[in-house]
Amino acid sequence: MHAEVIYGEEMLDIDVSSGFGCDLISDSLCFSRPDCLLITGLTNVQIVRVADMVEARAIMFVRGKRPGEDVIQLAKENRIPLLVTKRFLFESCGILYQQGLHSS
Amino acid sequence: MEMTFDVKSMDFKRAGEAAGKIKKALQLVGMEIDTVRRAVIVAYEAEMNIVIHARQGTLTAKVHPDRLEIEANDEGPGIPDIDLAFQEGYSTAPEHVREMGFGAGMGLPNIKRFSDDLEIESKIDVGTQLKTIIYNQTSGE
Repeated sequence: MHAEVIYGEEMLDIDVSSGFGCDLISDSLCFSRPDCLLITGLTNVQIVRVADMVEARAIMFVRGKRPGEDVIQLAKENRIPLLVTKRFLFESCGILYQQGLHSS
Repeated sequence: MEMTFDVKSMDFKRAGEAAGKIKKALQLVGMEIDTVRRAVIVAYEAEMNIVIHARQGTLTAKVHPDRLEIEANDEGPGIPDIDLAFQEGYSTAPEHVREMGFGAGMGLPNIKRFSDDLEIESKIDVGTQLKTIIYNQTSGE
């Protein structure tokens, strides 16, 4: 993915059971499953709140979008690793799917 | 057990805190995983509706052994056409809110879909009262 770790380097050995890619808060909340990887272009604090509520294991930001300090802080409080890739959402999901990560 | 949280208009930094606290409380009392999941969706969508549309409001969770009641009461503009507000994809959220990933017009439809019973009353320029019931069970959505 050529992803850069923004927070949670020490947690990169965790297992994710599925992936969910979306740029909408409501759909991320309703359709993603526990232990998933959230893949999104949303970089505001609410995506971390949603990740915490659905018990996602990590968030990967696409299109090279970097979250602000408030987002990183909330991710630290909830121990949710953050990654960023320059790839687009479709491309990111496609690569991960090809590698065996299934949809939430 | 009953808990009430104040919810402020356009406070996107703290928005979602109330729903998060409700989730942790439901997990502590040992509600079913599926009940907790549905409660989180209903509570979060109701909380965000207050944040996005109202001047201020409260989010309340009443926990019973067999069910959970989630209520959202707000002071705000009210909903002129409730049927339209329940239509998937219909939204009156402003542009700056949509840019944050909201305003897909799924708030009330999701509340309806993930709750077992729903009542809503709204008065123009006064506010909206939403009452939902979620039964504590493993089956369902």
